[in-house]
Amino acid sequence: MELINQHLPILQIVVPLIAAPLCIILRRRQLVWVFAVVVTWACLAMAGGLMLQVLSQGPISYHLGGWEPPWGIEYRVDAVNAFILILVSLIGAVVLLYAPASIEAELPEARASLFYTAYLLCFTGLLGMTITGDAFNVFVFLEVSSLSTYALIAMGTDRRALAASFQYLIMGTIGATFFVIGIGLLYMMTGTLNMADMAIRLQPVLATRTVLAAFAFLTVGLSLKLALFPLHLWLPNAYAYAPSVVTSFIAATATKVSVYVFLRFFYGIFGREYAFDTLHLEYFLVPLGLLGVFVASTVAVFQSNLKRLLAYSSIAQVGYMVVGIGLVSVTGLTATLVHLFNHAVMKGALFLALGCIVMRLGTVELGELRGIGKRMPVTMAAFVFGGLSLIGVPLTVGFISKWYLVSAALERGWWPVAVLVLLGSLLAVAYIWKVVETAYFHEPEGKTADATEAPLTLLLPTWILIGATLYFGATATFTAGLARAGAEALMGGLAP
Amino acid sequence: MILPGLINYWVVVFLMMSGFYVVMSTGNLVKKMVGLTLFQTSVFIFYITMGKVAGGTAPILAAPGTSYSNPLPHVLILTAIVVGIATTAVGMALIIRIKEAYGTIEDDEIQAAEQS
Repeated sequence: MELINQHLPILQIVVPLIAAPLCIILRRRQLVWVFAVVVTWACLAMAGGLMLQVLSQGPISYHLGGWEPPWGIEYRVDAVNAFILILVSLIGAVVLLYAPASIEAELPEARASLFYTAYLLCFTGLLGMTITGDAFNVFVFLEVSSLSTYALIAMGTDRRALAASFQYLIMGTIGATFFVIGIGLLYMMTGTLNMADMAIRLQPVLATRTVLAAFAFLTVGLSLKLALFPLHLWLPNAYAYAPSVVTSFIAATATKVSVYVFLRFFYGIFGREYAFDTLHLEYFLVPLGLLGVFVASTVAVFQSNLKRLLAYSSIAQVGYMVVGIGLVSVTGLTATLVHLFNHAVMKGALFLALGCIVMRLGTVELGELRGIGKRMPVTMAAFVFGGLSLIGVPLTVGFISKWYLVSAALERGWWPVAVLVLLGSLLAVAYIWKVVETAYFHEPEGKTADATEAPLTLLLPTWILIGATLYFGATATFTAGLARAGAEALMGGLAP
Repeated sequence: MILPGLINYWVVVFLMMSGFYVVMSTGNLVKKMVGLTLFQTSVFIFYITMGKVAGGTAPILAAPGTSYSNPLPHVLILTAIVVGIATTAVGMALIIRIKEAYGTIEDDEIQAAEQS
């Protein structure tokens, strides 16, 4: 037990990484599923164990192969990424419970074990990006998760999934390459890849143009990966045509982990003084974030495909997170981190609810969902709760996020930002209401007339996430406390 | 003379921008992959260039005191090459399936097929 505790940081990555190819060997669909579920829940337990260790003993530094940093690769777990690790493994574990029934409906039988392989690889990549303290290692895991995501998206039944996946491959690779150019430039100036060491060695050379170029490349590269408006073009189609399980998983985790890496690089490595006091990145982030909120929400109002609608809503929600980053205060970062968690939980639940509808109707076109609320009351109730949370109604997690974001804006004295954040929520009312109106205020007809409630295996995971939405909305001390601890760590920066 | 010292970087920027331009301008998916590969490859040259030590040889075991180039960027690029190959493989596999599903690999024809 002591040995396991000591090696938890590496086990967190190695266990799902080794499990992924084993899924191909196991072949039998049920068997593979049970195996993958055990692995993801074990990862959740390990993430919880790491969080406990961090809370009791402070940041953990794990040296791969016993090589001391900065020469060897270091895995570094602190309050910020322990929180993200829990988030990713929680979503990964819950969504996997939902997977078998949903992929049986949406994927050919032969692809099932390959699906679990790609899923676990994507899961590994996201956890790896989060846990590592080595800049180049982030790139490697970024590509591990991205490549498996392209494969997962391409499994969608609609042929448009293929085009969407290809588009994402092009844009994702450009983003990742920009990121690796940025790391190269930083390595040129510092001679190290360890993030903490880099942060220290960067201080004397911050004024050089090479560092400025690195800053620019990293900003654009990471903004592409986290789908900051106007670099979001890959996202709507990718989310809309991927299988429901995949959409839930990547919508809840992929952009969130990129936001975390963004925070790590700009607050941790470049440091707050350089990124915000000298270069004023906030004048770039806050307007684009708010523009993203308004443009994406407005586009969402006019979507007829519900998956696309929620995809545009995701872009808007990323906008809120970016505004939080740009407010440069503990409260602002708390808002971002707490919204990472909150948005993952609610958007995961919403996409799972849509998966239930796909299973029964084979479509999520709004025009064919008249009266669905009367035929699938439990599913639609989940959708409504998730929708309320997107709007930011009190007693849901969405409210907690908005509360922190608005207080951070007021703290900074930027009241127009606070007003715009609240106006943005009104647009969310518009697109959620459109769905509610169709689902509840029409008589069932056509496809919906003889639809039945989704099976329990789908409803249970959906409601676990909705339960989390409501629970953490009512008592936010746990999530907001962890987010605040993370925000304080980030404001301190990596350099001592 | 500044140019010879920086010529590699000029080449890198030229290749990078050519690749980027091809990705953006062409509608043919295979050509897009060619551009993307060119774009990625320029980064490999960039890393190798910055690891070069003036007068140094390849970082292979040699007599003590021999000056050699920084091996770390070489190792990183070995990893990046593998990533690049994987990306190309996935991209090409997708193009094959797109061709099967749409009967074309031209971006505008795929768009047109979806509009109708």
